[in-house]
Amino acid sequence: MNDYTPSEMMIVAAARALAGVRTVFVGVGLPNIACNLAQRTVAPDLELVYESGVYGARPARLPLSIGDPALITGALSVCSMADLFGLYLQGGRIDVAFLGGAQIDRYGNLNTTVIGDYAHPKVRLPGSGGACEIAIHARQVFIIMRLSRRSFVERLDFLTSPGHLGGSGERERLGMPGRGPQVVVTDKCVFRFDPGTGEMVLVSLHPGVRLEDVRAEMGWDPRVSPDLTETEPPTPEELRLLREELDPLGVYRS
Amino acid sequence: MKLTTMHDAIATYVHDGDTVAIEGFTACIGFAAAHEIIRQGRRDLVLCRMTPDLIYDQMVAAGCARKLVFSYLGNPGVGPLHAIRRAVEKGIPAPLELEEYSHFGMVARYIAGAYRLPFFPLRSYVGSDLPKVNPRIRFVESPYGDGPIAVVPPLNPDVAIIHAQRADVNGNTQLWGLLGAQKEAAFAARHVIVVVEEIVDEEVIRSDPNRTLIPGLIVDAVVHEPYGAHPSYVQGYYDRDNDFYLRWDEISRDEAATRAWLEEWVYGVRDRAEYVEKMGRETWERLKPAQAWSRPVNYG
Repeated sequence: MNDYTPSEMMIVAAARALAGVRTVFVGVGLPNIACNLAQRTVAPDLELVYESGVYGARPARLPLSIGDPALITGALSVCSMADLFGLYLQGGRIDVAFLGGAQIDRYGNLNTTVIGDYAHPKVRLPGSGGACEIAIHARQVFIIMRLSRRSFVERLDFLTSPGHLGGSGERERLGMPGRGPQVVVTDKCVFRFDPGTGEMVLVSLHPGVRLEDVRAEMGWDPRVSPDLTETEPPTPEELRLLREELDPLGVYRS
Repeated sequence: MKLTTMHDAIATYVHDGDTVAIEGFTACIGFAAAHEIIRQGRRDLVLCRMTPDLIYDQMVAAGCARKLVFSYLGNPGVGPLHAIRRAVEKGIPAPLELEEYSHFGMVARYIAGAYRLPFFPLRSYVGSDLPKVNPRIRFVESPYGDGPIAVVPPLNPDVAIIHAQRADVNGNTQLWGLLGAQKEAAFAARHVIVVVEEIVDEEVIRSDPNRTLIPGLIVDAVVHEPYGAHPSYVQGYYDRDNDFYLRWDEISRDEAATRAWLEEWVYGVRDRAEYVEKMGRETWERLKPAQAWSRPVNYG
């Protein structure tokens, strides 16, 4: 039965999390394919929004970047980035945004800026792009990241985009409109966030993954839900859409 | 009549030490202008762009810049910008200062600049470490009692360079597809150079005024430069050369290979026309876009 890859499981789990969602702020790569899959399965009314200024994209092929010309052809609207960030994002029109990063901590705070010291970094990463304000404004933030000890760290080297900061209630205190990270989908498991503490809680393991496999890839000992379940494996239809229609070249599946 | 050559536009409006914004988000990135700046040997420029992209990687490799003002530093979908990393990490060919924002922060800086405001407020940066490393991102108390709000200062480039589909000889410029922050950057700048794929009659512009992003009023120079945004793309004219973005990742890893590329494709050609010729017809065939025409509307 294990005829699907961990990446396919990750994409399918992320797509399912979008059930019933109306507007999603899409990143390129895994979020992009997950959002396209959701649009064809659990969220037929989903409008794809890209920070490049595109609302309601219907790309004929999988875009290679968030500014791909295929996003413009046939879109509902293409606007300036001032409008996209001011009217759509800050104006509160985005239900869900996908984010990722080089590092994440237990509260879903993200680092996409530097590894090491800011002034003398070990690795200089791309920086915020729109992620900092997206993390603040989207009603919910969904995170897709591969599970690894290098990425799931006890302490971030730099906090680029705020999650639940030091714990529940901090976002509200600082007046952030969005509710912050709600789910983290990885290639091994799915986490949600405890509403009481704002901390990441392991809620499901992908088929074939053991709890110790997850612990081995994390920089802290994760909290585990008492109702820990197994992630529902991809259906034949989800796999068919992924393999035949969305990613026929298999770029995102390995 | 503001039509001129790229050589003369750069010679007249871009000087050593200037603050320069060549905007265009993924699309309409003014590579032809950047290459002319490199050929003319400009130094100590402060280069502003949300996404420095390959264009500033090449300018930094050529030693044109002393500082970058930006919000996303990467070769989109490919990886890091190696020449900029060499400059930041090793000072090769010269040290490079970084001033870093988020996308909304950069857009807000251009808006403040264009509106001639002392700052522009935005709901961002709370909880982030960015204000700790960039003291120009600040918080002020709302005078209306809504608590603190982030503000960024105006960005008024000495010159903005905007690539677009078409303009008339007076610089009335029409752009479609991704609009990025070109309008805000142009209105914020002291001088504006517009570079276009086509020069059209004023009548063509007047037939579709909603598409005019930049009025000739704020434009100093108009340059006609077909394929002037390659390897980025121009909606309806040519696609993005994704192969080149991948190749640059290889070339730019190595300092000598980067210099050799600049030698061949920038210093080694007289102008953009020669670059286009040298790229060869098969490149332009490969990048030919599909047809997807909009329906005409009645402005009567």
